[in-house]
Amino acid sequence: MSIAELEKPSVEQARATSFYEASARARVRLLLDPGSFVEFIGPEKREVSPHLKLFDLPEQFDDGIIVGHGRLAGSPVFIAAQEGRFMGGAFGEVHGAKLVGLLRAAKELKSIPVLILFDTGGVRLQEANAGELAIAEIMRAVIEARTAGVKVIGLIGGRSGCYGGGGLIAGCCSALAVSEQGRIAVSGPEVIETNRGVEEFDSRDRALVWRTMGGKHRRLIGGADLFADDTVQAFREAALELLETTAGFGIDTLNAEQSRLEDRLQRFGACRDAVDIWVAEGVPDAGSVPALPADQFIELADKVRRIARDAR
Amino acid sequence: MLTSRNAEAAGRMATTWQHQREARDARLEAGTRLARGKIVEARDATRLMEAVIRPGDRVCLEGDNQKQADLLSRALLAVDLAKVKDLHMVQSGVVLPEHLDLFDRGVAKKLDYAYSGPQSSRIAQMLFGGKIELGAIHTYLELFARYFIDLTPQVALIAAVSADREGNLYTGPNTEDTPTVVEATAFKDGIVIAQVNEVVDKVPRVDIPADRVHFIVEADKPFFVEPLFTRDPAAITEGQILTAMLAIKGIYAPYSVRRLNHGIGFSTAAIELLLPTYAEKLGLKGKIASHFALNPHPALIPAIESGWVQQIHSFGSEVGMDDYIRARSDIYFTGPDGSLRSNRAFCQTAGLYACDMFIGSTLQIDLQGNSSTVTASRIAGFGGAPNMGADARGRRHPSEPWLQAGREADPDGSALLRRGRKLVVQIGETFGEKNVPLFVEKLDALALAEKLKLELAPVMIYGDDVTHIVTEEGVANLLMCRDANEREQAIRGVAGYTDVGRNRDRKMVQQLRERGVIRRPEDLGIDPLDADRSMLAARSIKDLVRWSGGLYAPPSQFRNW
Amino acid sequence: MEDLSFHHQARTRAGGTRQMAIIGVVASGNLEVLAERVLPETECLLEIKTAAEGFGEVWDAVVADFVERYSPGGLKFSINDGGARPDTVSLRLAQAVRLMAEDEQ
Repeated sequence: MSIAELEKPSVEQARATSFYEASARARVRLLLDPGSFVEFIGPEKREVSPHLKLFDLPEQFDDGIIVGHGRLAGSPVFIAAQEGRFMGGAFGEVHGAKLVGLLRAAKELKSIPVLILFDTGGVRLQEANAGELAIAEIMRAVIEARTAGVKVIGLIGGRSGCYGGGGLIAGCCSALAVSEQGRIAVSGPEVIETNRGVEEFDSRDRALVWRTMGGKHRRLIGGADLFADDTVQAFREAALELLETTAGFGIDTLNAEQSRLEDRLQRFGACRDAVDIWVAEGVPDAGSVPALPADQFIELADKVRRIARDAR
Repeated sequence: MLTSRNAEAAGRMATTWQHQREARDARLEAGTRLARGKIVEARDATRLMEAVIRPGDRVCLEGDNQKQADLLSRALLAVDLAKVKDLHMVQSGVVLPEHLDLFDRGVAKKLDYAYSGPQSSRIAQMLFGGKIELGAIHTYLELFARYFIDLTPQVALIAAVSADREGNLYTGPNTEDTPTVVEATAFKDGIVIAQVNEVVDKVPRVDIPADRVHFIVEADKPFFVEPLFTRDPAAITEGQILTAMLAIKGIYAPYSVRRLNHGIGFSTAAIELLLPTYAEKLGLKGKIASHFALNPHPALIPAIESGWVQQIHSFGSEVGMDDYIRARSDIYFTGPDGSLRSNRAFCQTAGLYACDMFIGSTLQIDLQGNSSTVTASRIAGFGGAPNMGADARGRRHPSEPWLQAGREADPDGSALLRRGRKLVVQIGETFGEKNVPLFVEKLDALALAEKLKLELAPVMIYGDDVTHIVTEEGVANLLMCRDANEREQAIRGVAGYTDVGRNRDRKMVQQLRERGVIRRPEDLGIDPLDADRSMLAARSIKDLVRWSGGLYAPPSQFRNW
Repeated sequence: MEDLSFHHQARTRAGGTRQMAIIGVVASGNLEVLAERVLPETECLLEIKTAAEGFGEVWDAVVADFVERYSPGGLKFSINDGGARPDTVSLRLAQAVRLMAEDEQ
């Protein structure tokens, strides 16, 4: 595929493009209606991190996140996309502020939903305080936007997964779609291994990492609402479906979410491994889940676990 | 001529011609005290070593490229130095830390070997520190050859999957070096000790007959095998795809190379993944890349499934490929049990004599085209590349690529007397990891040879064997260079922005380009901007699993699902 | 970090009408190139911030070849480099020129 073709979005191209491999810019371009994306604070503004140069580290003109608006099947949406290859997609001061600003704009307008394409290892170590503050501000902004009637949809399928503060923000969203490669958690595999020992969690056992934090498990346990195949088109379709099906937000939703989580803890708290959870959920031949192709898994997941429309 | 009576008399006088057999029998007897039949308990393995090994023995501790007799190496490391010391290790692979611990402890003193990839920096330190007395670094075939001439082991410590109670061994898909080691040891009055994963009533197939095996040790866990030939398509870069496109269109196509060997780098993995896509579009199916001397590379699965490949003979196996190989016996060599039968000695011979091309990457190339994987602090040894990457002077059968290469090297010679040439292709990017240049004025191997007072610098592939160099800058055809100066400029011409490349004679490089000695991407009708990962038949390990119909079972470290 | 700047005369104006394009990502061995049509048509400027220090001569050669080959008159290139190899730099620069040559969306 040439650059020229990359620039002319089409359904066919969105189908042929791996979400996992695509850059944040390619994801945005192919996810939205062709030519509809308009960027806020684009790279030409050079709104870079004020901290990285103190550490003698290279900057990126968009500080690793693209924010803007566009159209999805004709309707307006706000969109934010993290670039997981720049500093692991981590949140810094500017990076976070761009997302906060987008969410606050959505809150003001009330009617335009927000898509967040997470791809992050968490907070940037070099600007930890600013990054942690940003996480808190974003979580508040998500909840405020939802309270104002805005749907905030998270899409997760990038290289860096959705870890640390990213995992917390994802937990605040109205709904999530995830692919097999996508991982959602707060503490990453290495962090768990460092703190609790290799017996507790062997971060180099990638099959273990994926069946504990990966997209299939998150879908089966109810952490994610939809499972998408690893193409930009599949994520586009998932976003459309979630915008359609996700209910409003109020104290009832929060209560339902609380009881959903309590129920999960009660039912699966004693399980030693994700496979035990799948067995307890009644998944036939649970050991074969990681190898299932996307279409067969979606069929299975839809049988095992419907979208919890009252919770989140 | 002796009469029969004279012969009898001579025979009676010659009882001293069986020293080795008598010594072997004495060792066997000492070892048998620890065994039930041939079987020795794992906890007695060190005592077995002390019983059958003598100070100064030549010992082959099976360290292959992949399969490792790890239990036996730990057992040997634990011997009483009063009983066993100063051994001369003759083994193809120095791979496990224990292989070098033997020298630190004084169990072993001298080393002749072929490959030390995973231990390359420690072995360099130990050689510099004088901890190891180095015999020589060999290619696989050389070392195997010397097993039969002047490095015959007195004791071989080998690894197999299973044994029956008589001692018949099943080596499984990773047969690798075992038949060669056993042949040299057992038929020259040596002792063969095998570690096996299990003792069974009947082995699936007999790879080593029982009368060549003296002791069996059942290991508590399967022998160690490393996946060395798995390249994750997700890690292949646009630059590697470009070099792969240049190789396919600039070398595979014009020479119609059907019989070949690939190295294990990412550039050759990219070639394997471009066969069903890019090469198919060029109309090359059936014309190139049909017969391989090659380990079972997972990256070749899409080409196999698309009908490109007719036959593959393998040096060893690859972790996770067993079920796929079993189901594709039209392609691979398999035993009556259905599993792969590999054999390093035969496959190396096949690569040397029956392949028309070797293509692989290296770490350093000098102005003469000599290449080396030695750097100032790492000695990885040779392994098999020099056998693959050398013109076989003993070759006598013609083939079109071989004849064509011969014509290009000597266009005026007599057709009937002119030797053909094997295509020996070095492929790589002008800068490697951490911006280290591929092209250098002087190989680090020379400095190393001076420091270690070696009589021969460790050169992987000699410049006079190299026929082509491919980088993202283009293809240099060294066959068409008529003197050393042209050769140097052809190399500089594809060396890009390295010091070697920037010091090229621009006018001469331009002339070489006009003659077709150097071909740039645009000369081959390739736009570097077209090199894109979407051209790869598989972009992830998961894609390879899908191509294999679920038969390929990659090890955990390559998964992201 | 090291800052480098190269100013060249270009034979011709870079093709296309786009005002701005961006390609690449700042990561180990990679770089981003921001191209902007902000200079007189015979001029070309490259401003580089690179994590790999001491490669000024190589950049000089890469940039000279790039300008010679693509004649990107009128373009300013701002580069954040995570230590990319010269072939990657050449590729990204060529991609940026190709993007600028396309019509505005």
